[in-house]
Amino acid sequence: MANSLYGPLDPAPDAGYVDAPPRMGFFTDTSVCIGCKACEVACKEWNAVPDDGFDLLGQSYDNTGGLSANSWRHVAFIEQPRPDPVFLGMPGQDKPDFRWLMMSNVCKHCTHAGCLDVCPTGALFRTEFGTVVVQEDVCNGCGYCVAACPYGVIDRREGDGRAWKCTMCYDRIGDGLTPACAQACPTESIQYGELDVLREAAAERVAKLHAEGVESARLYGHSEEDGVGGDGAFFLLLDEPEVYGLPPDPVVTTKDLPDMWKRAGLAALTMAASVAVAFLGRRR
Amino acid sequence: MAEAHPVGFQWVVEAKNRGAKVIHVDPRFTRTSALAHTYVPVRAGTDIAFLGGVINYILSNEKDFREYVLAYTNASTIVSEDFRDTEDLDGLFSGYDPETNTYNSDSWTYDGVEQHHEPHPDTAEPMRHESHGAPVPKDTPKDPTLQHPRCVYQVLKRHYARYTPEVVERLCGVPRQAFLEVCEAWTANSGRERTTALVYSVGWTQHSVGVQYIRTGAIIQLLLGNMGRPGGGVLALRGHASIQGSTDIPTLFNLLPGYLPMPNHEKHETFRQWVDAIRHPGQKGFWSNAESYAVSLLKAYFGAAATEENDWGYDWLPRVTGDHGTYRQALDMIDGKIKGYFLLGQNPAVGSAHGRAQRLGMANLDWLVVRDLYLIESATFWKGGPEAATGEIVPEQCRTEVFFMPAAAHAEKEGTFTQTQRMLQWREKAVEPPGDARSELWFFYHLGKRIRERLADSTLPRDQGIKNLTWEYGGEEPDAELVLKEINGYDLTTGKLLSTFNEMRPDGTTSGGCWIYTGVFKDGVNQAARRKPGREQNFVAPEWGWAWPANRRTLYNRASADPEGNPWSQRKAYVWWDAEKGEWTGEDVPDFEKTKPPSYRPGPDDTGVAAIAGDDAFIMQGDGKGWLFAPSGLIDGPMPTHYEPAESTIRNPLYGQQANPTRKVYDREDNPTNPSPPERHSEVFPYVFSTSRLTEHHTAGGMSRQLAYLSELQPEMFVEVSPALAAERGLTHLGWAHIVTARAAIEARVLVTERLRPLRIDGRTIHQLWLPYHWGSEGLVTGDSANDLIGITLDPNVLIQESKVGTCDIQPGRRPIGKALLAYVEEYRRRAGLIPGHHTPIVTTGDADG
Repeated sequence: MANSLYGPLDPAPDAGYVDAPPRMGFFTDTSVCIGCKACEVACKEWNAVPDDGFDLLGQSYDNTGGLSANSWRHVAFIEQPRPDPVFLGMPGQDKPDFRWLMMSNVCKHCTHAGCLDVCPTGALFRTEFGTVVVQEDVCNGCGYCVAACPYGVIDRREGDGRAWKCTMCYDRIGDGLTPACAQACPTESIQYGELDVLREAAAERVAKLHAEGVESARLYGHSEEDGVGGDGAFFLLLDEPEVYGLPPDPVVTTKDLPDMWKRAGLAALTMAASVAVAFLGRRR
Repeated sequence: MAEAHPVGFQWVVEAKNRGAKVIHVDPRFTRTSALAHTYVPVRAGTDIAFLGGVINYILSNEKDFREYVLAYTNASTIVSEDFRDTEDLDGLFSGYDPETNTYNSDSWTYDGVEQHHEPHPDTAEPMRHESHGAPVPKDTPKDPTLQHPRCVYQVLKRHYARYTPEVVERLCGVPRQAFLEVCEAWTANSGRERTTALVYSVGWTQHSVGVQYIRTGAIIQLLLGNMGRPGGGVLALRGHASIQGSTDIPTLFNLLPGYLPMPNHEKHETFRQWVDAIRHPGQKGFWSNAESYAVSLLKAYFGAAATEENDWGYDWLPRVTGDHGTYRQALDMIDGKIKGYFLLGQNPAVGSAHGRAQRLGMANLDWLVVRDLYLIESATFWKGGPEAATGEIVPEQCRTEVFFMPAAAHAEKEGTFTQTQRMLQWREKAVEPPGDARSELWFFYHLGKRIRERLADSTLPRDQGIKNLTWEYGGEEPDAELVLKEINGYDLTTGKLLSTFNEMRPDGTTSGGCWIYTGVFKDGVNQAARRKPGREQNFVAPEWGWAWPANRRTLYNRASADPEGNPWSQRKAYVWWDAEKGEWTGEDVPDFEKTKPPSYRPGPDDTGVAAIAGDDAFIMQGDGKGWLFAPSGLIDGPMPTHYEPAESTIRNPLYGQQANPTRKVYDREDNPTNPSPPERHSEVFPYVFSTSRLTEHHTAGGMSRQLAYLSELQPEMFVEVSPALAAERGLTHLGWAHIVTARAAIEARVLVTERLRPLRIDGRTIHQLWLPYHWGSEGLVTGDSANDLIGITLDPNVLIQESKVGTCDIQPGRRPIGKALLAYVEEYRRRAGLIPGHHTPIVTTGDADG
């Protein structure tokens, strides 16, 4: 059942914004990503994110490793070796024998954002664009949000302690500018815009790829019915989400909070009742 | 392209989204392959065999655009009966002199033409024909039926007859089916209704047959009618901003601005000899006006001091005496022949082939000026380079005095970039350079001023040229627009800026620093600064920037119309003849005399521009035709032929002649070449390696290894190997390995990846490995330099180094350090027979298989 913690929702009005602008989002189409990492660099340049260390990771061309406090965009590289060269009896099948998948990952700006729900200081807040932003001058570094993110996105910075993540360039989009990563992307793999419009474009793109025989194309994070009420940043993938290191069925960690409170309340009542019964019993 | 030109690659993605089929041919699977429909692995250094196969496919299936080929190429011209092909002479063309390793090209000419041969042509000599068209007479015998056995069409057909799909498979490792897919796609998308562009990155040129690589592509594009037409052409993606600009207004030793040749001390003693060598009196073509361009250049240089009496100051120009290419210079430094050197935004200690020779050369100068953004390896080689580690350079004793001058970056200065379409785009200064950093313009302006002050009282003849230079470019801060105006040129009688190079005069009344750039300041407006959006103009976008010559966006666009002047098709209409108005018109500026009708035919006595017929589309060529067969102008042959790279693991399967017989070899002990068959011991270096760029870094790293945001993305030098090679040599993923050639041993971390795959070549398995070349000893991330592995062997035409293919060994573990490293490499040389007195054989015809 839908409530403010689960199910389809327009998050900005739900958060109390009157006359909120349309919800803004990212559509990352990995089928045209060339792995240039311009998004990673542009993000760091604009947001003054520190470097993440000079470590050769050997994960194909990915030396970033994943999203973190110091990497708000992360390009994953997946080398898919040749499948077993067995003739499957499908003539005319024009499949390449090797794939190199690339995907620029980012904070999903969930409709139901676990990080925001658990933040005790109000450092994390919902913007008028429906995005989720940390205010670094409010964050006290408690780290509850880190455990609450179903995607493992938000992260505390070493030596600083506070939590950091993508802001969808809140300081740009308010002025009508495009976020730095989308602005830098040479192939329009990262598209920024009104979420409704992006969802339509994404559906068309998938249909086109299917018509061209790319049957593995699918959307990820686009559905309002999923465990986080849909992502503000969603993706077109060419394989299962797990292949890219994405959880296949993410659920907001605070989904069951009402139930939990109910049960906790019930438990408290039961306990109180037992205590009362115990006392009553003694009187008897 | 996605690796080195990600921004340009957006158009490939755009085309793909519109239904284009993308095929990528490359020795390794790259980010470009990742987005291609088809990836075709190929053995490094076999492109002429591959493209020759495409030519054979076109000719044997008659897929050429016959009307175009007949009208605009030299297909019907008859070749001299003295010509002998590589097919007849086991890999040599007629005229080869094994004493000098050069050709006498007399026999390559057209039938009935007397060639007066210049013995032992200077290396890089043909470069002065870069856009001249080498001399040929205007009327030569032709056979429009293309049946004559010696017509170019038939000569070409015979030459490539053996380049069958089977041979391509055997030689390049490309499966027949994949090869035919390329042939079919290329030919199906060429012709009347469609055109195909050939786009390459400049690594393609870095071979001992580099010019012939491009020639092979050009032959295909001519046969398919893809030149001078919208969506066609052969386009070079440059490795840096304004590489095109640095050949137009050259940083090359053998050219002056606008492709005028640098005078040679023997051949061009007088102004008249020099000018006549460019314009070839009595022949047809636009170079006949060269005297106007030359005089205007000298007037721009020397102003009022250039007079008719002193031949416009011609004697003040320096002269070339032979090969002064960058590699010759490095060796001359080692030999103590060069005393001082300027390095401007160049890092040869990392970025040039044979890094060791580069560094040893720079360590033997009196002085070296390095202008760069950071202290790059070429400024610190004397204390931090590999030779300091081996003890070959002792910092306390290194005699070179290094002056480091901080340079302004591109956003910190104004000026123009010229890109591959010959388009100049003015850029503004966005921010002030930090600290003492200054622009090149500031540096040379003030350096010139100081030198001139020093020479003010000099009466030495050698100083008069510098004293007479015009040197007024503003005050303390020189004005870049004044320089662009000087390049554009003035009418000296009125002081007005010229509009076109047709206004240039040989009588000293005009000036112009680069004739092909005349018009960039037309009407007193900086045309390069124009930024009219594409949606507000036609698809050619003539009001965005400015392209030379005359703002023409596609060269030779007369070929976009048929011989009668009508578009080949409505779909590809570009420039055409308007019979009513009696002029050429269309989307672009016509590359033809505006009112010369298609039917125009020159009289027997016409010369120069008047001798160009109404259907001679290639107006800068000596015969007005696109050259399928180059009767002159090339050092290594009139048609591209497959030779193995200078270092190869296999014997040339096609000819006894193993490698380019005219390649420029510097056969000296400090520049050894790994042995290749038929020489013995090639097994000491059993693997093929190639080098190129990563998206994350810029060339020699001076602009990327100092930046944390780029360095973290590719933090360490690595080598890519296939799982099969890793198993063969015991290499482990992320472990260390070292790579060895006769020049050096370098170490790198290992990436085992299926993006590299062994190829089946001529019945053998060939392993290829790949290295990025961005690392050196300075910066946030450091590592060994791949260019240290490479020796100096050059293309004879333009002196580009063979740096995209070589042979090597690879072993697990790190390399030795200190003096042990020298001994280690020495032992490899000894095993390979590269001992004192060894010389690499050049001619290998008739040699038994090695």
